[in-house]
Amino acid sequence: MNKIYARPRLLRKTPFHYCAGCGHSVIHRIVAELIDEMNIHDKAIGIPPPGCAVFAYYYLDVDMAESAHGRGMAVATGLKRANPEAIVFTYQGDGDLAAIGIAEAIHAANRGEKITSIFVNNAVYGMTGGQMAPTTLLDMKTTTSPYGRDAALEGNPIKMSEMLALLKGAVYIERTAVDSPANIRKTKKAIRKALQTQINGLGFSMVEILAPCPTNWKMSPVESWQWVGKVMTKEFPLGLIKDTTGIKDTAGEKDAD
Amino acid sequence: MKKGYIEINQELCKGCQICMTFCPKGSISPSDKLNSSGYLPVRFNDDGECTGCATCAVVCPDVVIEVYRD
Amino acid sequence: MTKVLMYGNEAIGEAAIRAGCQCYFGYPITPQNELTEYMAANLSRKKGCTFIQAESEIAAINMVYGASLAGVRTMTSSSSPGISLKQEGISYLAACELPAVIVNMSRGGPGLGSIAAAQSDYFQATRGGGHGDYRTIVLGPSSVQELADLTHRAFDLSDQYRIPVMILGDGMLGQMKEPVEFKHEAPAELPLRAHALRGAKGRPSKYVKSLTSNPIELEELNWSLYRRYQLIKKKEVAYEAFQCEDAELIIVAFGIAARIAKGAIKNARAEGMKVGMLRPITLWPFPSEKIQELAKNTKHFLVFEMNMGQMLEDVQLALAGNGEISFYGRPGGVIPTPSEVFRVASRLYCQKGLK
Repeated sequence: MNKIYARPRLLRKTPFHYCAGCGHSVIHRIVAELIDEMNIHDKAIGIPPPGCAVFAYYYLDVDMAESAHGRGMAVATGLKRANPEAIVFTYQGDGDLAAIGIAEAIHAANRGEKITSIFVNNAVYGMTGGQMAPTTLLDMKTTTSPYGRDAALEGNPIKMSEMLALLKGAVYIERTAVDSPANIRKTKKAIRKALQTQINGLGFSMVEILAPCPTNWKMSPVESWQWVGKVMTKEFPLGLIKDTTGIKDTAGEKDAD
Repeated sequence: MKKGYIEINQELCKGCQICMTFCPKGSISPSDKLNSSGYLPVRFNDDGECTGCATCAVVCPDVVIEVYRD
Repeated sequence: MTKVLMYGNEAIGEAAIRAGCQCYFGYPITPQNELTEYMAANLSRKKGCTFIQAESEIAAINMVYGASLAGVRTMTSSSSPGISLKQEGISYLAACELPAVIVNMSRGGPGLGSIAAAQSDYFQATRGGGHGDYRTIVLGPSSVQELADLTHRAFDLSDQYRIPVMILGDGMLGQMKEPVEFKHEAPAELPLRAHALRGAKGRPSKYVKSLTSNPIELEELNWSLYRRYQLIKKKEVAYEAFQCEDAELIIVAFGIAARIAKGAIKNARAEGMKVGMLRPITLWPFPSEKIQELAKNTKHFLVFEMNMGQMLEDVQLALAGNGEISFYGRPGGVIPTPSEVFRVASRLYCQKGLK
C-alpha cells in the first residue's frame, strides 16, 4: 500500500497545544500544505495574533513574527511594503481582527495592501477564557455576556467579510468553515486562491473561516463541529463574498483529495 | 473497491472523535486505554472495511492519522 | 555642502532620507505635520521607498515594527498625545530588539493639551514610556542643525545597538526656520539589516516574538537588554557644557529651553555673574557623571525646563545631595523668555550670595 496522507512537511512535529477538536489545528495543517504545494516557503511570512494561535510559530515552518493585539494588518503592511517579494499573511482571531484590530483591517483592505488575511472566527475570545467577541451570536452566553448577547446592550454580530467587501482594495473575500471534510477542502481552496491573489499582486485577500471552539462553547468537540453548521452559518453564510481577481479555479486539484 | 489502512498515533490523539463521526465505514472507535496525556484516544478497527478515503485524516485536528491505500 | 534655510520639521525629514530611511509611517498632528508632509512629498516617490499616512498613530508604529522586521530603516513621528498611543508598539520594538526612529515634537499636556511647545514628555521618553523594563535612547536637539544631525545619528545608533531611538523635540524647534547644513548624502543603496525576516530562503525558518511562557527566559531577555543599556550608558552620553569652567551657578536645560537659557546666561555674564549651562544632548543615557564632576566645583544648579519638573529628578539623582538644586519650570506650552530666565537666575545668584 502507498502512504497517501501524512503530516505535511512544513508542519513541525510539535504536538499542538490546541484543545481537542479546535479549528486552529485544522487550519494550520491546511496552511502548511498550501505553502509547500505553492512553493512559497522561502518567501512566506506569517503574523500570528495574541490569541490561542499565538504559538503558530511552533508549528508552521515558515518565517513568522508576533504582533501586538489587533495590529497584525499594520505589521503586515510594514513588512510587505518594505519587502514586496515576501508573501505576507496575517492569521487573526475574531477579537483580534474585528474588535481591537478593526481599524487596521479596514484600512489595510482599503489601501489594497497585497497581503492575505486568514481570519478565524469562533465567535469568542478563546485564549482569555471565552469572553464575548464582535462576532458572538445574539443570545449566545459567554463569560462577559452571561445572560446571552443582547442586541440592545451589546449590538449585533459583525460580518467582517461583507463589510470589507465594500472596499475597492479588497479583491477576494470568501467565508468558509472547518466543520466537515467538504468544508475543510473548500477552506483549503479558498486560502489557495487568497495566496494566489497576493502572488499575482492583485490586492487584499481574506478568508473568514468559521471554526469550532469546544472549550469556550462548553460543548464536546463533535457537538461544536455540528454547531458551526447548524447555528453559526445562519448568521455567517458560507460562500464567495467578493472576487474581482479573475483567477480561474483551476488550481487546487490536490485539495479535492 | 480500493483497500485502505490507517495508522493512528494514540499518544498524540486527543480523543475528539471527529474522525469517528465522519468515517463512512465505521472503521474508527474509542480505545479502551487512556494515553499518557490523559485523553481517551481512538483506534482503528482493522476489519477490512477501510477504503483509504482519508476523510479521517482530513478532519483530524491533531494530524495523528496516516493513511495508506492500494 | 551649502546651508539651506529650513523648518525644523522638514530638516528632520531631509536628514532621515539622507540616512537611508526607506519607510515612513505617520499621522497628522500639530505641531509636526510639516514633517509628515515633507516625507509625503519626498519619500513617497523615491524608488523602493514607502510613505503611508496610517489610520492612527497606533497603526503607524506597528507598520514601523513590520518594516523594521524586514530589515529596513524606518521612522515614525508624532507629538505628545500621539506618542502616548505608540507606547505599546515601542515596547514591542524594544523587546524584539528592532531598530526604529521615533520623533516626538512635544506639545503641552496632559490630555489634548496645547499645540505650543513644551517639554512635558521627558518622563515618558526617558523612562521607557511603555510597559516593561526597557529604555530607548533619547536625543534632545536644541537647534534645527541638531535636529538634522541627531536624526541621522539616531538611525546609526538604532541599528548599532538594535534599540528604538527617540528624538525628543518640541513644537518650537519644529516650526522655526534656521540655516542647516546636511553633512551626508543619501546612500546609493538603501541599507538592509542582515538576518532580517524576509522569508526562509536558504536557511531554517525563524520567528520573532516577545511572548514567553517561561519567566526565566524573559528574565534572561531583560538582563541581556540591561547589559546593552549599561554599554550605551558607558559609550553614548553626549552633552554640551557651556561656560561651566568657572561657573558659580549652572543651569541645566535641554532642547529649546537650553536656547532660551543661553540668552539668559549671556545677559548674566554681561552683569558679571558666573553662570554656565550643562545641556544634556542624550537625555537617556543622562550625563550623570558630568554633573557629578561639575558638582566638585559648582554647588548651585538651576534646573530649567518647560514642564513641572521632570529632568529635575535626573539631576537630583545624579547629584545625590552633592549640591543645591533650584527649579524653574513653565508647563502647558508657555514659552519662557530669556529675560524671564535671567531674572530667575540672577535672583537666585544674589539670594545664594554667589560671587
